[in-house]
Amino acid sequence: MLGYLIRRLLSALFAIWVVITVTFIFMHLIPGGPFQTEKAIPEAIKENIEARYKLDQPLHFQYLDYLGNVVRGDLGPSYKYRGQTVNDIIAERFPVSLQLGLLTFIIAIVLGVGAGIIAALYQGRAPDYITMFFSTIGISVPSFILGTLLMYVFAFRLGLLPAAMWGTPQHIIMPAVALAGLPTAFIARLTRSSMLDVLNQDYMRTALAKGLPRLRMIWVHAVKNAIIPVITYSGPLLAAILTGSFIVENIFAVPGLGKHFVTSIYNRDYTVILGLTIFYSILLIGLNMFVDFAYTLVDPRIKLMGSKE
Amino acid sequence: MQYPKELFVPLTEKDVQAEMIRPSITYWQDAWRRLKKNPVAMISLVFILCLLLFAIFGPYLSAYSYSDQDFDRRNQGSSIEHPFGTDSLGRDQLVRVMYGARISLSVGFVAALTTFLIGVIYGGISGYAGGRVDNIMMRIVDILYSIPFLLWVIMLMVLFRELFPATGGGAGLYSIFIALGLVFWLPMARIVRGQILSLKEQEFALAAQTIGAPKWKILFRHLIPNTMGPIIVTATLSIPEAIFSEAFLSFIGLGVSAPMASWGMLASDALSSLRSFPHLLMFPALAISVTLLAFNFLGDGLRDALDPRMRK
Amino acid sequence: MKKLTFALLVMLIGLALIAGGCGGDGGTTDGGTTDGGEEAGGEEMVFRYNVGTEPETMDVHLSTGIPEATIMLQIYEGLTRLNEEGLPELALAESVDVSDDGLVYTFTLRDGLVWSNGEPLTAEDFEKSWKRALSPELAADYAYMLWYIKGAEAYNSGEGSADDVMVEALDEKTLQVTLEAPTSFFMSLVAFKTYYPLYQPAVEADPEGWHTSADTIVGNGPFKMVSWAQGQMEFVPNENYYDADAVILDRMIFTMVENESTELTMFETGEIDMTHTVPGQEIPRLEQTGELHILPYLGTYYYIFQIEKPPLDDINVRKALTLAIDREAIVENVTQGGQLPAYAYVPYGIPEPDGVDFREKGGDYFAPDVEEAQRLLAEAGYPGGEGFPSVEILYNTSEMHKMIAEAIQEMWKQNLGIENVTLTNQEWGVYLNTRDEGDFQIARAGWIGDYLDPYTFLDMWMTGSGNNNSRFSNEDYDNLLREVRMTDDDVARMEMMHQLEEILMEEMPICPIYYYTDPIMIKDYVKGYVNIAIGGKDFKAAYIEK
Repeated sequence: MLGYLIRRLLSALFAIWVVITVTFIFMHLIPGGPFQTEKAIPEAIKENIEARYKLDQPLHFQYLDYLGNVVRGDLGPSYKYRGQTVNDIIAERFPVSLQLGLLTFIIAIVLGVGAGIIAALYQGRAPDYITMFFSTIGISVPSFILGTLLMYVFAFRLGLLPAAMWGTPQHIIMPAVALAGLPTAFIARLTRSSMLDVLNQDYMRTALAKGLPRLRMIWVHAVKNAIIPVITYSGPLLAAILTGSFIVENIFAVPGLGKHFVTSIYNRDYTVILGLTIFYSILLIGLNMFVDFAYTLVDPRIKLMGSKE
Repeated sequence: MQYPKELFVPLTEKDVQAEMIRPSITYWQDAWRRLKKNPVAMISLVFILCLLLFAIFGPYLSAYSYSDQDFDRRNQGSSIEHPFGTDSLGRDQLVRVMYGARISLSVGFVAALTTFLIGVIYGGISGYAGGRVDNIMMRIVDILYSIPFLLWVIMLMVLFRELFPATGGGAGLYSIFIALGLVFWLPMARIVRGQILSLKEQEFALAAQTIGAPKWKILFRHLIPNTMGPIIVTATLSIPEAIFSEAFLSFIGLGVSAPMASWGMLASDALSSLRSFPHLLMFPALAISVTLLAFNFLGDGLRDALDPRMRK
Repeated sequence: MKKLTFALLVMLIGLALIAGGCGGDGGTTDGGTTDGGEEAGGEEMVFRYNVGTEPETMDVHLSTGIPEATIMLQIYEGLTRLNEEGLPELALAESVDVSDDGLVYTFTLRDGLVWSNGEPLTAEDFEKSWKRALSPELAADYAYMLWYIKGAEAYNSGEGSADDVMVEALDEKTLQVTLEAPTSFFMSLVAFKTYYPLYQPAVEADPEGWHTSADTIVGNGPFKMVSWAQGQMEFVPNENYYDADAVILDRMIFTMVENESTELTMFETGEIDMTHTVPGQEIPRLEQTGELHILPYLGTYYYIFQIEKPPLDDINVRKALTLAIDREAIVENVTQGGQLPAYAYVPYGIPEPDGVDFREKGGDYFAPDVEEAQRLLAEAGYPGGEGFPSVEILYNTSEMHKMIAEAIQEMWKQNLGIENVTLTNQEWGVYLNTRDEGDFQIARAGWIGDYLDPYTFLDMWMTGSGNNNSRFSNEDYDNLLREVRMTDDDVARMEMMHQLEEILMEEMPICPIYYYTDPIMIKDYVKGYVNIAIGGKDFKAAYIEK
């Protein structure tokens, strides 16, 4: 077990290193740099700037220098937001995205799994069609349209909620709902589909025929097996939601991390791009490892360490 | 006990026929038969085919081109001449929605195709192999997942402009195709792998192994068809995700070149004038929603039809 | 079963934590849909303005953006302050003495100046601050705004020392500056944020991070910042400001909402009192509300012709393209923000020494003329647009730029018969780079004046200037520019600048389209604000009147 853990960790670290390197290369391949402005700057000043941020050094030097800092936990200064470090930016903005993301995730899981189970149990009948219809709305309406409509109805027309910004529980509701639309729908469909798979299995029918209590059967057996794809999907979903959705955060002026994922690329803010990518990567790989462990909890037959031939 | 050889006579065709209760049909024939019985799915299929025709031939039937501007008729709502109204430069919305269909549908198609082909095979192999191979393959997935999507897109767009200056406006679209192709199969791979990990320990798989079926056969004939449920769901999900990704790119301004427009672009452009001219948002948004609904219902139907355990 | 219950418990606890955590979070919004400002009868007079984007930095020397300019205008003040017309008025300086040759400025500060924390503000604060701006280590973008000072460029380029920079605090109240050459707009320059004084102890205590938190930013302006968190900034009057009596507001909140539509919605629900922009398409509807204000903004929107690339190297082609555009139609139907069509380059809003507006004196240099355009195109060898090579319009991502480009593309097709104009949209960083490299044929551009003088619009077309993406090079033009720089005769300068513009319009390396305006929404009850045409809003004397 310990050996497995260590191997996983090592491969995770290796993966992160590859991500850093590839991102670094891509970043520098794209034309433009962090200090471009529309109004041209005199040469002398350009040189000052490049010297200060070590951009005049050869690329491999910059790369190694950066790696060295990362190992010590220093993600470097932001080139665009002078005076702030990448660590600062993440520390300040991640908690906001985290709150929004967790609420979204909970909505998606609770509503999604619930709807999926109901739909599967009543397959082909009214509850199935109704729940699936609503869940399909989530898949067919892009989050920016959903968010804009929510804002129009609840803030502008009804005046029940603040239109945007952050700080009170009322501020979280609309962004979370807008963000939860797609995941909820997807989880509902995934759950329904795998529940049906399980319910139609021979061993289920046998058990029911033998007279085992239905409710218990559903909970203990059906859901446990059906939930595997949902767990799989949850890993990357959580990583993506937690690091903030650009569109929803933009529309609702939520001071989260999502904006920086996009604007850092626009700004060619190299350190922020790399820093956020590393952060996201760690989250993703970590959550995927957790997902793999969750598999074993749910289905003891799954062997992660390789099946013996 | 000795049985005289004469008793063993090969079966004739007639004998075989007499034994069968029903004609033997292949997996695919059976699936099609079941699909036909599903009204919602069939309606969706018909709708999608109509949409394709609409997208391909529609613009030729229209009096307007997607770029004809008319400043006197800006931002008008539905009318006989302009069933979908006109936009802020006086262009006919109906034609633009038809053109948008081409782009959005092709984006969705590319995404679904890559998801299906690459994702399923990759995930299947990874899940079935397990152990070291699985670990490496999944780490590659993690790596590709982590690299910012936007970086891919911008890089590809720049690359296209450098290498193929002739493509001009198309560069945006091709870059999106490739970027989607690079990234969209990842969730599918993970889901299939997860399912396979679980399924390969089940009795039917072990049984197949016992009788000596080759590994690839177990994978493709047994395990994957039993994963069809999540596969179809994920594949049909990749279409809206692709269209939304493209809309997201339009939202931040990367995408096809003006005056071409995808549905996503039409919708996101219309957001800022929502209160003044709601029809500008309504039609593209409806187009997106109804089309995606159709794909989803079709997907559901396919899922029910392809599930080997629901054979009757 | 136990595992599921456990999982559920965890979720419930998680929910509770989140709900609890949210309520106690920072940010002093009262959310909801209450009105922004309130009567001063026992209740606070609060003004809410949406500044748009988050500032990149609050270090006055490193800052380059306009939202930052507005923020800094509230908490800092320089030797002079710009008024509504964009003309400088004495602020921290009580008087100024200019030498006869126009090279030496001696500023006398007011008595009793202090920082917002009560510490005395002296001339030395100015000297140290300006030298910091010029230090090569700081690598300030806008350091070149101080290059008008003798010795500044050398020091900034790493060739001189700080001591050679000719700005000196003669005593606590007297600051003496020696310039490279007579600069008639120097009094406007010192109002600019790069010339603000800085509170030295804070800067020295934390050279990298002093400007990142409201606690360590010490200013000298009408307001002081008390908090900066969760997407908004909060200000209260600075009681140590020398003119504190002029400040009426009790509290000011700047939000940083980037999305235009969201900003508009917040204005309409009453969550903010003033916006920083308006979605272009909504303007006709908003005009009806009476709350739309179209403020002056000193800038020009134009297309650059890369004159080294055919067919743009032919002056007839450039003129044909320019004359074939219906600017009225664009301004009325596309941008709709009360912009004025541009038939020259320098916009309205710059008064000459005799008080007459530069643009009014200069007049229009051309007029839309489709027939003439067609004739010129034929002369260039493409009658009726036949055989005209493909041409690409480059613009950076924005709905408005796209619409304008689409409109012009169509106009060229209709009026000149040119079918193969393509539009290319590039993301900001790539676009700037492409322009710099000259890797385009026609590119969209906009230029906002840095100070109230035509020179800021004309010096960019000097041969080899970093801002001269057109590759325009004209010896007469360069020579005239040099003369303008050297002379201290205000009237002669203006005359020469008219000549410069004439050369520019003769050669047509650019195609002016319209002069900018600044349409924003302002609630009726907001009064006393000052809009500065080169960017920035002054809320020193703002108040709410219900």
